[in-house]
Amino acid sequence: MLNIKNLTKEYSSNIIFRDLNLTVSDGEVLSIVGPSGIGKTTLIKILAGLETANAGELTLNGENLPIDGTRSDAKVGLIFQDFNLFPNYTVIENIILAPINVSKIDKATAKNQARDILETLGMQDKADLYPFQLSGGQKQRVAIARALAMKPQILAYDEPTSGLDEDSTKQVAEVVKTLKQQGVTQMIITHDQPFAEMISDRVFDFAKEVLR
Amino acid sequence: MNYLLEILPSLLSGLKMTLGVFFFTIIGSVPLGIIVSLGMKSEYFTIRWLINGYIWVMRGTPLLLQLIFVYYGLGMMGVTFPRFEAAIFAFIINYAAYLAEIFRGGLQSVPRGQYEAAKVLGFTRTQTFFKIILPQVIKIIVPSFGNEVINLVKDTSLVYVIGLGDILRAGNIAASRDVTLIPYLLVGLIYLLMTAIVTVLLRRTEKRLNIWR
Repeated sequence: MLNIKNLTKEYSSNIIFRDLNLTVSDGEVLSIVGPSGIGKTTLIKILAGLETANAGELTLNGENLPIDGTRSDAKVGLIFQDFNLFPNYTVIENIILAPINVSKIDKATAKNQARDILETLGMQDKADLYPFQLSGGQKQRVAIARALAMKPQILAYDEPTSGLDEDSTKQVAEVVKTLKQQGVTQMIITHDQPFAEMISDRVFDFAKEVLR
Repeated sequence: MNYLLEILPSLLSGLKMTLGVFFFTIIGSVPLGIIVSLGMKSEYFTIRWLINGYIWVMRGTPLLLQLIFVYYGLGMMGVTFPRFEAAIFAFIINYAAYLAEIFRGGLQSVPRGQYEAAKVLGFTRTQTFFKIILPQVIKIIVPSFGNEVINLVKDTSLVYVIGLGDILRAGNIAASRDVTLIPYLLVGLIYLLMTAIVTVLLRRTEKRLNIWR
């Protein structure tokens, strides 16, 4: 369970959000909707440890996550809007790089695990391709696989449907559903209201809920 | 033909010196250049200031002058190097400055998102640099790095100024002794051969790196 308590982010002259409270239960799919530029991505980056927050508390499964930018763990899996795959590695290498180097899993185990994930996502035949050889939707599924390989406690997506066509958007919805069945907690940032309603258990309206 | 065979041994021993300066400079200046380029992004003003000063001096004065200064100038101040070590030292600090600028350009062209993706996956900063950033930087800089390497092949001829016997000096001696241009032609040919080898190796590297984009 993810618990966000009184989270505040402000720059010297500009309050992004103040006293944000939000809970995501285990296995839940929560969408956060709102217009662009409102601070949704900032929130997800704080969650992933990429940005600092000024005040508040983050608790993930009972463990406190520091908000001062000192975190370097893979507890929150993040799917970037533009995927940020490593272009110099093949699909399978992208997925096993962190398990081998960060979690210190041996290569054979990491590869087996990566193949299982790719199969779940319907990407097993793409294992040896490089990112530039993939479509946007395929890149995104590799990004999801790469995050899942680190066994994150929550998976966060930043605008997963921006830049994807209708078919790919449907596939993302399928992936979210499949992962939900496997019990993965997911948090999705989007400005696509219909998409959010289609895939999530709960929709959090950022503009309405956050005191600005 | 007989004349060629006659002067070949002295040219080859000069070539050994040329290659020695070349390889030691590459081995020393590449890592130093990487470190300097990372230093340029340091959060400490003093480090950035020192490094920029160093690059300014290295790029702003002739390599020939730097060679003279390292060997004779430092010698006068009591810091004596053997000739070869002095040459290597001067070449390494000079080339590291140029390479650092090239690496800096390469580092800047790796998108920020790559660092963010690495951080979110839990990589340390060292792992991020060596496993994710550096391979991308290398691909970006191969063409401009190649330029520097080819320049270095020819710049090695400057070592004559501190009395080292490289291939050009060997050719020079033979030419003035025997009053003929043939040694110069031969030396030119050997330089062309060396730069051709470097060019082929760089092309191959580029091709191999082109399997990803």
